[in-house]
Amino acid sequence: MNAALAAADAGASALVVDRFQSLGGQLVKQTHKFFGWTTRGAGARGFELAQNWEANVKNHPRIQTLLGFEVIGAYRDGTWIAADLEDLHKIKPKRVVIATGASERMITFENNDYPGVYGAGAVQTLMNVYGVLPGEKYLIVGSGNVGVIVAYQLLQAQARVEAVIDVLPRLGGAYWVHAAKIQRAGVPILLKRTITGVYGTDSVERAETVGVDDNFQPVPGTEITFSVDVVLLAVGLTPLNELLFELGVKEYYIPELGGFVPWHDESGRTSQPEIFVAGDVAGIEEATTAALQGRISGLQSALDLGYAASKEEIEELKELLCQFRQSSLSEKVLQGLERLHAKGV
Amino acid sequence: MRRITVHPILSFPPKKKVKFTFEGQVIEGLEGEPIAAALVADGIYKMRESINLHRPRGFFCAIGNCSSCLMVVDGTPNVRTCITPLKEGMKVEVQKDKGVLR
Repeated sequence: MNAALAAADAGASALVVDRFQSLGGQLVKQTHKFFGWTTRGAGARGFELAQNWEANVKNHPRIQTLLGFEVIGAYRDGTWIAADLEDLHKIKPKRVVIATGASERMITFENNDYPGVYGAGAVQTLMNVYGVLPGEKYLIVGSGNVGVIVAYQLLQAQARVEAVIDVLPRLGGAYWVHAAKIQRAGVPILLKRTITGVYGTDSVERAETVGVDDNFQPVPGTEITFSVDVVLLAVGLTPLNELLFELGVKEYYIPELGGFVPWHDESGRTSQPEIFVAGDVAGIEEATTAALQGRISGLQSALDLGYAASKEEIEELKELLCQFRQSSLSEKVLQGLERLHAKGV
Repeated sequence: MRRITVHPILSFPPKKKVKFTFEGQVIEGLEGEPIAAALVADGIYKMRESINLHRPRGFFCAIGNCSSCLMVVDGTPNVRTCITPLKEGMKVEVQKDKGVLR
């Protein structure tokens, strides 16, 4: 939405295609307040940010939306196809910003395909968008930002969270303020512990965990069984990069950024000059940086096409992005970006 | 039913109730919510079976990405029920194979 708004404000026409029926991606389920600068949306809750941008997108005379449509093809002559089950559209854009986001990672343990094992974001969607709780008692695997925030949101929805576990000896990427909140509410965060299996008849009824040593090996005698019907996996995200692979955009494996990520410059431009990336698909980060990246790529693509986008604003936004990444939580991202840029196009 | 009624931040405005069938049994959901959300709210977890070993599979990603919730809806197989809006009278069935072209 930010890319479309920036490009359209500069005078370009933009089309937003999304396979969901609503705009806003994963922001629509974020009920916590964002950190950062109030001028850039901090202090607002994620779904409020999404609502504001959505209103701007829908009211913009030069932005069209195609919701419930999925991009199913991109051809060498620059034709893109977006389709739903009944209809399809051929689109010939001059510039494309890919902001497909990320999907949740899986880890291996016995019966990890059982109903009752959910991606943490999926439960967030169910409870915060649709008002549905998928079970009674919850175990959360992963103490990163997502795991800890979802634990807190489950408590707000009056669910019972038995524990948050993490294989690492320290808290994952969560903000301390959120971790402290759930601990105050009585949810233990058990470090150096992993899940070994879930069991039940046709769906999760209990989860078995074990403590691990410094080499991540299970320590006999430290097993704890949790009687839960939902296990949430909050073990990281990986870019949704299928379209980029199909397009043949240059990608590199950068673990710090979540897996295979497209090479891109500071404005989000990939190895194919007419294709930009923004948000998690460019490397796993978070919503504030995604919005900044979106705006930068929108302005830069409008500038490419000769529209009067402000070069000063682009520079200003790049500077803001650098400033935001000064936080210790961005250390890994910066290392990843450095490795990515060192690779060259 | 596992509907959230009280929440410190969110409000869930009342939506129209619709009836649909799951494996022939009539159940109720809210119009426009994903089919899979309506099933989960009703305590139904198994949405499909794995193709070879016929292991139970349920809701996993909620973004139409993982294929875990593919079901047969109104005779059409491979419907991603986590992103497909529920409508009155839908016939929803557990998918047990790859689905066939009609």
